[in-house]
Amino acid sequence: MNLALRDIRHHGGRFLLTCLGLALLLGVVMSMVGIYRGLVDDALILVRAPAADLWVVEGGTRGPFAESSRIPKDSRAAVARLAGVAEAGVVTYQTVQIHVGTRTLRLMVVGFEPGRPGGPVAVADGHSLTRSHFEMVLDRRAGIGLGERLRIGADTFTVVGHTVGEVDSAGNPVAYVTLKDAQRLQFELDGAAARNQAVRGEAANANQVNAVLARVLPGHDAVAVARAAERWKHLSALTQGQQEELLLSAVVDKARKQIGMFTTILLLVSAVIIALIIHTMTMDKTREIATLKLIGAPDRTILGMIVQQALALGGISFAVGAGLILAVADHFPRRVIIVATDVAALSAVVAVVCIVASVLGVRTALKIDAARALGG
Amino acid sequence: METPIIELRGVAKHYGEGPTRVDALKPLDLDIHAGSLIGLLGPSGSGKSTVLNLIGGIVDPSAGRVRLDGDVVFDGRWLRRDLRRMRLEKIGFIFQFHNLIPFLSVTDNIALVLNLAGWSRPEAERRTLDLLEYLQVADRAQAMPSQLSGGQAQRVAIARALANRPRIILADEPTAALDGERAGIVMDLLRKVAVEQAAAVVVVTHDEKIMNRLDATHVLRDGVLVA
Repeated sequence: MNLALRDIRHHGGRFLLTCLGLALLLGVVMSMVGIYRGLVDDALILVRAPAADLWVVEGGTRGPFAESSRIPKDSRAAVARLAGVAEAGVVTYQTVQIHVGTRTLRLMVVGFEPGRPGGPVAVADGHSLTRSHFEMVLDRRAGIGLGERLRIGADTFTVVGHTVGEVDSAGNPVAYVTLKDAQRLQFELDGAAARNQAVRGEAANANQVNAVLARVLPGHDAVAVARAAERWKHLSALTQGQQEELLLSAVVDKARKQIGMFTTILLLVSAVIIALIIHTMTMDKTREIATLKLIGAPDRTILGMIVQQALALGGISFAVGAGLILAVADHFPRRVIIVATDVAALSAVVAVVCIVASVLGVRTALKIDAARALGG
Repeated sequence: METPIIELRGVAKHYGEGPTRVDALKPLDLDIHAGSLIGLLGPSGSGKSTVLNLIGGIVDPSAGRVRLDGDVVFDGRWLRRDLRRMRLEKIGFIFQFHNLIPFLSVTDNIALVLNLAGWSRPEAERRTLDLLEYLQVADRAQAMPSQLSGGQAQRVAIARALANRPRIILADEPTAALDGERAGIVMDLLRKVAVEQAAAVVVVTHDEKIMNRLDATHVLRDGVLVA
């Protein structure tokens, strides 16, 4: 006979209401983990999109995401000639903030040469860039429809295609434009600033890029190709793995620690709340527990009831919390990615938290004297 | 002569030591035989409930020897490690306020004891039904305790106390919450059990209306058996 289940059924409304409160808290815990996953995934989308094996950047830097990097555009030709390189492309990356109607929109503008590495993974609707100027493939998350026009800097771009889920590490939608347009946006100065630079005798060099991306032929080692590229002292080279690790350690690491701290604190708060709920539920059953002891129920029966109730409380709350978060995950400002392994790991943590939290209730139950069942 | 089911020899209980010592029960000898319905009387604080608690293994005697159903269970110290198991096997408790588990149905309240005692499910179900029929509450088998009248709840509590066929039944003010007619029914039931199960029934009571239904009464005053 399962006493825990009978008690829960008897106080069903109160128990479910308690579960709902706890579910919201555990839902927040799960969303924190999901936000972290989203953060990591977002950070890697941009770096994985070109499917490159090698990132060649300005010498002595770890660009183009962790540090600024500027190299001449013709570096592409030099890299492409290296033994083992199948193809190479050049890219620029620049964050811009524009106004669309009444709202402010931040975009990660990627400049690339169509037909070479550096473009979007796939165009979901519309088409890729077909003209050399003023076309843009934009992620759907920006909320800009096909055919709409956006003014960036001195130029106006028409959105000709949409990508899905392409964002930068800050969650900003990615906008793909031709390299020439991107260079003009990033390296050419406008009006008074350009005139001032010319008067000072400084020549503007707009024919620069942030990085050269290279794909390595099958059977060739990307590290060896990187070492070969670094023979040019003005260039540094990173493999895809190094670039990803760099991005995660430099860009995401603090956010990871921050979210980790929040998650830990929330789990501790959950543990305290579960402990107090179980303690209160045990105190409410003082007379029943005393009666159980008096009629001969062993401690394991009583403790089993308390621990099972704690686990039921945690389990139901966790399931409801997970359901809630899965239902609203798409409405978060940043991507929330709930993966099965995280759900499994978190459910195990919640189970442990429930068992630990039930210790307070167990201690209370053990102290209840059977004699309390006697008398009025 | 027949061995008593309950045998207390020099059993005493005190709390504290030195100047703060309180003697709840002075050394007491008491024999209660199978088939008898014995009353423990006395004013509040006289030690009646203490005797009940000592027999039931709920409090530790300070001295003396306790023999229950042929086994010496206390002789200066408890000789049985598992007192709850002893209660489950040998003793049935009836409380003043039925003390049914509120989240279990009538059937489950009784089946719980049998479940703990290791009865198989079919046997437990049969025994539960027999008891409920015997106590004339079978029609309330699926009811929750909150849906029972005072008299019905007390009869279910008695059914639970009798479920595992204990040889000792300890009843603490079993009729205090009942009117005269229902108190009479409860006492008749206890009499029937005492006779049919060869059990010893000890009733702590202040209730004048059940005195004539007891085989014998013992009066306690200030922790001393005076009659």
